[in-house]
Amino acid sequence: MQQSYERPNNLDEALALLDQSPRQVLAGGTDVYAALGDHNSLGHVLDVTAIPDLTGIKDVGDHWRIGASSTWSDVLAANLPKSFDCLKLAACEVGGIQIQNAGTIAGNLCNASPAADGVPPLMALNASVELSSANGRRVVNLKDFITGPRQTVLAGTELMSAVLVPKSDERSVSSFLKLGSRKYLVISISMVAVVLEPGSDDSIENISISVGSCSAVACRLRDLEAELKGCQLRQMSRLPHATKFFAPLSPIDDIRSSGQYRLEATAELVRRAILLCVDALR
Amino acid sequence: MSTSKINFELNGEPVSVSTIAGTRFSRVLREELGLTGTKIGCNAGDCGACTILVDNKPVCACMMAAQQADGCNIETVEGLQSGRSVAKGNLQQSFLRHGAAQCGICTPGMIVVAEALLRRTPHPSEQQVENAIGGVLCRCTGYRNIIRAIVNANVQEEAPASYPGQRANSVGVPIIRLDGAPKVAGSDLFAADDWPDDALLARAIRSPYPHAAFSFGDLDEYVNETDGVVAVFTAKDVPGRNCFGVIPEFIDQPVFAESETRFEGEAVALVVGTADDIITLDISNLPITWQKLTDVTTVTEAADERAPQLHIGRANNRLTGGYVESGDVESGFEAADVVVEGTFTTGFIEHAYIEPEAGFARRVGERIEVWACTQAPYMDRDSLAEIMGISKNQVRIIPSSVGGGFGSKLDLSLQPFVAIAAWHLKQPVKMVYSRTESMLSTTKRHPSSIQSRIGASKDGKITAMTFAGMFNTGAYASWGPTVANRVPIHACGPYRIENYRAESAAIHTHCPPAGAFRGFGVPQSAVAQETLFDLLAEQLAIDPLEFRVRNALANGLPTVTGQRFDRGVGIVACFEALRPHWQQAIRNAEMRNESAQGTPMRFGVGIAGLWYGCGNTSLPNPSTIRVGLRDDGRIVLFQGAVDIGQGSNTVISQICADAIGISIDCFDLVYGDTDLTADAGKTSASRQTFISGKAAFLAGSVLRNKLLTICDAPLSARLQLNGNTLLASVENSTWTVQLDRLPADQDGFIATAEETYDPPTQPLDKDGQGEPYASFGYGAQMVELSVDIALGVTKLMKVTAAHDVGKVINPVLAEGQVHGGIAQGIGMALMEEFVPGKTNNLHDYLIPTAGDVPEIETLFIEEADPHGPYGAKGLGEHVLVGTAPAILNAIRYATGAVIRNLPASPDRLLAAIKSK
Repeated sequence: MQQSYERPNNLDEALALLDQSPRQVLAGGTDVYAALGDHNSLGHVLDVTAIPDLTGIKDVGDHWRIGASSTWSDVLAANLPKSFDCLKLAACEVGGIQIQNAGTIAGNLCNASPAADGVPPLMALNASVELSSANGRRVVNLKDFITGPRQTVLAGTELMSAVLVPKSDERSVSSFLKLGSRKYLVISISMVAVVLEPGSDDSIENISISVGSCSAVACRLRDLEAELKGCQLRQMSRLPHATKFFAPLSPIDDIRSSGQYRLEATAELVRRAILLCVDALR
Repeated sequence: MSTSKINFELNGEPVSVSTIAGTRFSRVLREELGLTGTKIGCNAGDCGACTILVDNKPVCACMMAAQQADGCNIETVEGLQSGRSVAKGNLQQSFLRHGAAQCGICTPGMIVVAEALLRRTPHPSEQQVENAIGGVLCRCTGYRNIIRAIVNANVQEEAPASYPGQRANSVGVPIIRLDGAPKVAGSDLFAADDWPDDALLARAIRSPYPHAAFSFGDLDEYVNETDGVVAVFTAKDVPGRNCFGVIPEFIDQPVFAESETRFEGEAVALVVGTADDIITLDISNLPITWQKLTDVTTVTEAADERAPQLHIGRANNRLTGGYVESGDVESGFEAADVVVEGTFTTGFIEHAYIEPEAGFARRVGERIEVWACTQAPYMDRDSLAEIMGISKNQVRIIPSSVGGGFGSKLDLSLQPFVAIAAWHLKQPVKMVYSRTESMLSTTKRHPSSIQSRIGASKDGKITAMTFAGMFNTGAYASWGPTVANRVPIHACGPYRIENYRAESAAIHTHCPPAGAFRGFGVPQSAVAQETLFDLLAEQLAIDPLEFRVRNALANGLPTVTGQRFDRGVGIVACFEALRPHWQQAIRNAEMRNESAQGTPMRFGVGIAGLWYGCGNTSLPNPSTIRVGLRDDGRIVLFQGAVDIGQGSNTVISQICADAIGISIDCFDLVYGDTDLTADAGKTSASRQTFISGKAAFLAGSVLRNKLLTICDAPLSARLQLNGNTLLASVENSTWTVQLDRLPADQDGFIATAEETYDPPTQPLDKDGQGEPYASFGYGAQMVELSVDIALGVTKLMKVTAAHDVGKVINPVLAEGQVHGGIAQGIGMALMEEFVPGKTNNLHDYLIPTAGDVPEIETLFIEEADPHGPYGAKGLGEHVLVGTAPAILNAIRYATGAVIRNLPASPDRLLAAIKSK
């Protein structure tokens, strides 16, 4: 098998290499090597971990820019507003500390697993991704970036250069719940992220609710969000349980759980995640 | 192949290596730099055994590109031993003191993550430790002693265990495991850690289907045309008999399938070549044609008369069965006031030791030597001799340190492959299983489908019990007959049941062979029996503990096979030890449920009793131990029992030291090697302390007498070794002998003793009546937990375990067995189910992590066994038997839901709660 390994130290060089020929992009390696098996080699590798442009988590005016090589530990260590709590809580539950120290947020999105821990929080935060190529860059909303299990709109010549999170109202809070069959190192049965912006009168000004592991791509529960918008916070202990709100979910039966259970548990997780946000506002 | 040069600091020293592009850094550390302390358990980030520090941060070396080490400060377990660590070796010492290393395969990863935590937080809380080690799996210890060791690493404490040192007595003393130091230093050599420089590498070609026919194309052409491939071996290259197994009457498994495979992952060929080429070889180019055939995967399908038959002469795919009957079941049920019954199922369970199988073989003249991980070196030797068509003394088995076994490493895995290849090629050949290959191809715990019915009278006495268990034994016999025999004897639990009928059947399917796994079928049967006991107690309105005590066995009462023990039946003592804990736990659960009203949290407490016969069932089961005094004043113990982490190296030495009456620090160990040590049997059936320990006691006693004779001292004399001076003393009199002045044999021995012990058993008759075991061990466990009834999620709070071990030889090691057995029982109850073809890795197959095992309180009962050394009985398997049923009973207390199909995963538990 043909092999090569490039580790450029600037973005332009990386993009030029991608422009020449397709390459396996490698950052933390936690998905790439896990999928490799014991007896295969990687082929042509583009290692993006030495590129300064891709590092750092920065406040850039109307949004936050998370450099593509930021690890889960970097997110945990960053000074971010409370609305990012859902992402930090997800970061604590990605694999073990070893995975959090190596794995990157961008890699998690590009890998596009239906159970990717980073997707529900970033979806609830209305994140977009910045895709760079030798011909320029484009910004794609996260919900449009992942198109199916292990499928994204990333072209072979493109590199994800940053995750962009628009700033939300500073009073916003968020929560994240992950359900699995054991405490650590677990792929979720279901997970829920909620970002809640309170109004001035103890009502809900805005709420976004996203669910992972229950559909081919994590998704928002838009109808439920619309139903809850404007409701009083104190009403949240009696959440509408109507199945129509969960229509976007299409959970499957697999070794981790039955689809039926996923649906039932998700309704409960959504209720609890919203209550955690309400508690965080107290 | 493109290579590049990388420079980094490794354990404080600058290092420069050139490496193949994209190589895992773990491979560079192990293969290029020889630092094998960094272990490979999965190559997927699921186990954490390969954790290293990169610029102070723990990462998995198996998922790090070698090039990413360039310019970094790398630290491995080897560099953390002393000085460099903030804890300055305290951490490693604390691991030893607390019994935190059993087999030692996860220990390097644990030490590294702990070191990273202690640098930031010298005095961490338990929660901080759990978070830090959450990414490292351990299958032996149950984590609690690892957590204690890390919490206390920098604390001046009263040591729970101590170094051997000069001591008059060893039995009963918590001596630090004698083989522990290399385990915490990262220098212990496991099966994948050592190989000759000129070794070739082998890889197996395996069936992609559960049932298939196959044929090869031109393999010679393939070898000629493929770079780096030296040879391909198939069934026709097996020099002797292409068949192996563990029980002589049932030997049926080919080394290489000949034309038909019977399970997914069965080997058909072996490709051998130079290591660098073989490791990345695309084996899909090997010319082989597969034809998928109809398969059966469940016992119901397989027992159907139209089902494909796996083996000639085993009609309806029935391998064998077991049967025990006593009393009159029909009249027993007539006398019952209450009868309960139920059907229970459990799935395949994977051993999930963190060390995948590995080893190498080399031909030495007309002999073959195999170094590999194993639990049964002499069985390996005898089996390999048949496969190789040579005599037993032409085979030498040298066990590596074993990174967990739990029953699966009793069977041959790669030993025949490397032996056949090395024999033909006259060059050493090594092999390392991938995690997937290990999970695909090695044995599992038998899935069970059990129907049982139990009746009791109003006064709470069992009047009758029936039991019928079908066990899915997979494609080959392995230990299926043992499970079939053992289950009917044990399915009654440690209780007196006068009217009893139990039968079992082992049925072949196109699944991986089901073999030995800690408990040989008894954990499965205990789930049914102990659940039904709770239902009976409830219907009779009798406290579950009290109900069990009323029916418990006692000295002089017959078991269901008609065996009576005059001494040593400790089950009532176990329940009585739990009673105050049980009463308090019920009060606590009721209080908690009171205050949890309006929430989805429900609290419960459950109990289960257990027993387990030590050693083979009604079969000879000897161990031989040799010990001698050398002219340099050292006692050498030739100890062939394989220590797979459970501690036999230490325990057998302790017993032998006290039998001689000499301090254990005079001992040197010669460890299992079929050329050097006598047959101490296999490490299974909880027999090493009991049987090999007894042989060590007998050998030690004989040597003591010889030494007293040499000194001409009376029987009551105390012995001491001071350099090469042997001293015997009684009160004020001392006899002294200079050892170097005595005649010695060619190996320098002044005196030696070799003794064999075979526990007395009797065969079972057609009704299963007889004396299957010389000794049983007993126990009772209690679990406190909560269930979130809206999500079906169980959270364990505490396990209290009372075990009658006859005599505790080493309290720290015995506690380690209790913790580890409970952790595996937790997995069985709540999360573990191996689905062939679907769960061949450690992220789809879940075992408990550090956050899943609660506090464990261990209570030891010592009802001396009449046969065991110092009264000791076995313990290793017993523990696992009680845990799952105690958890299930606690879940039922909390929720009212009866779980009949394991595991009680959240989806199954929620469904059970809703349907109750």
